[in-house]
Amino acid sequence: MSATTQHIKAKPLWNKQKLMPWLFLMPGILFFAIYVIFPIFQSFNISFYKWSGLGEPKYIGLKNYVKLFGDRAFEISLWNNLKWLVLYLLAIPTGLAIALFLNQTVTGIRLYKSLFFFPFVISQVVVGLVFTWFYDPTFGLLNTILTSLGFAPLNVLGDPTLVTYGIILAGLWPQTAYCMILYLTGLNTVDPDQVEAARLDGAKGLRMLWYIILPQLRPATFIAFVVTVIGALRSFDLVSIMTNGGPFGSSRVLSFYMFEKALSEYGFRMGYGAAIAVVLFAIMMVFIVYFLRAMYKQESEPR
Amino acid sequence: MFPKPIHRSAAHWQVFYQGMLPLVMILWLLPLIAVAIFSIKPAVDFTNGNYWGWPSSFEAVENYGKVFFASDMPQYLLNSIYITIPTVIGAVALSCMTGFALGVYKFKGNLLIFFFFVAGNFVPFQILMVPVRTLTLDMGLYNTKTGLVLFHIAFQTGFCTLFMRNFIRALPFELVEAARVEGVAEWRIFWFVVLPLVRPAIAALSVLVFTFIWNDYFWAIVLTQGVENTPVTSGITSFNGQYRAAYHLMSAGSIVAALPPVMMFFAMQKHFIAGLTLGSVK
Repeated sequence: MSATTQHIKAKPLWNKQKLMPWLFLMPGILFFAIYVIFPIFQSFNISFYKWSGLGEPKYIGLKNYVKLFGDRAFEISLWNNLKWLVLYLLAIPTGLAIALFLNQTVTGIRLYKSLFFFPFVISQVVVGLVFTWFYDPTFGLLNTILTSLGFAPLNVLGDPTLVTYGIILAGLWPQTAYCMILYLTGLNTVDPDQVEAARLDGAKGLRMLWYIILPQLRPATFIAFVVTVIGALRSFDLVSIMTNGGPFGSSRVLSFYMFEKALSEYGFRMGYGAAIAVVLFAIMMVFIVYFLRAMYKQESEPR
Repeated sequence: MFPKPIHRSAAHWQVFYQGMLPLVMILWLLPLIAVAIFSIKPAVDFTNGNYWGWPSSFEAVENYGKVFFASDMPQYLLNSIYITIPTVIGAVALSCMTGFALGVYKFKGNLLIFFFFVAGNFVPFQILMVPVRTLTLDMGLYNTKTGLVLFHIAFQTGFCTLFMRNFIRALPFELVEAARVEGVAEWRIFWFVVLPLVRPAIAALSVLVFTFIWNDYFWAIVLTQGVENTPVTSGITSFNGQYRAAYHLMSAGSIVAALPPVMMFFAMQKHFIAGLTLGSVK
């Protein structure tokens, strides 16, 4: 390369395309690396130690993970996470059903849509409180209704076999609202010509929904799936507020159990907690990779 | 339009639909309506076991007055504001820059960095908990609003970058190119060409981040404690401890704690929904 071309190239290097993006990225990357990326690796590292949060951590290799296998509470948490994951997906069809119900143009429909979306906007803490009182065995609305219909009262949150389902139901309430809004927006973009053409061909009801509408709603379904899976695996607030993991630890999930172990009242067990977090992270990673792959395919298409 | 517009159906179906709407809505919001009713009942109704009967008197002013003037609730609300507003500003500012860099420039590693932001945004909080708590302690920021704000800004930058970058990429790229031909400096392109165009994205992100942070509970209990700094989500649990079994006050407190994001939602509904549904429509 001759000296002159080098000179010409050197100037825009500072000012333009090469360095500029890094200057703009710097603050964001710095924050994100310090608080999100590094801590992930640090947690992996801590999971090989026994550490109370004070003093020197003691290296114990894979012992924390070995201990997980024999830990009954861990097993229950894992199972509950699976229940959350599967049942939480009900938010998608339910959200679609409500969206179809509300996708009309009668007067006041906008207000109705907003009110149906309401549960998603309020914090999970309040959702948890609201449902705790709803389930309350002495004055809860649920039992007031059940007994007035002649059924036996239920103590949902006090019954180890029911408790997780009770909490999941509370979680489904805001999550369904979220899926509903995704589908309502999606339904707006459904091609009216296709719908009319299919109608002329005699398609209606469920067949129309399955063959004409749902394929066009795929982007909405994809987002609904992603946010619902992540919501299910992140569930913490509701468990913490409604039962604190009880009764007898039967409603714990991994996120809650990790918190409980790491910051327990009976001494912090950071290493063990980190090992639980790593397991949760590994489960989540399956879905993150799936999501990134889908995004990558989209990116490869010409814009 | 699907389903078939109701006004094209027979008259009795239209009446049926119009009747169903409020009914289904009441059913949907029943748990919330119950709490709203509790919050205006007098204490005596609860001691007498009159949970669901007609309130013996209406005590909305009394109950909500107590929440606002005789409890720590105002302090919690204030803490929430001091945590939420700086986070919104910080995360939106950072992501305008990252979004600009990733959306406008072609360079090696662009997509990789973008995917790091996206992936980081989805990790479970628990994998960050121990190191972030330790870091915050080491910086002397444990149980401060600043400590919480710094973490929130960092974490929300992931989601905001995803949003901003996609938004900027969808802008007409010719505008940037035209400005470059004119010899406009890159930072001026950012400031005078791109920023004015991303205003809708800034609005959408602001309401969304406001709601996310206001409603955060996990990091509030990991990084703060006590009346001084804890936001309203974790404050409400101590509030409830203070008024154990005083359901009229706990209900009123819960409604007060839930209200700010609700008001935000109704005020900026269009932006809020635009933000939540990004990517679900093409």
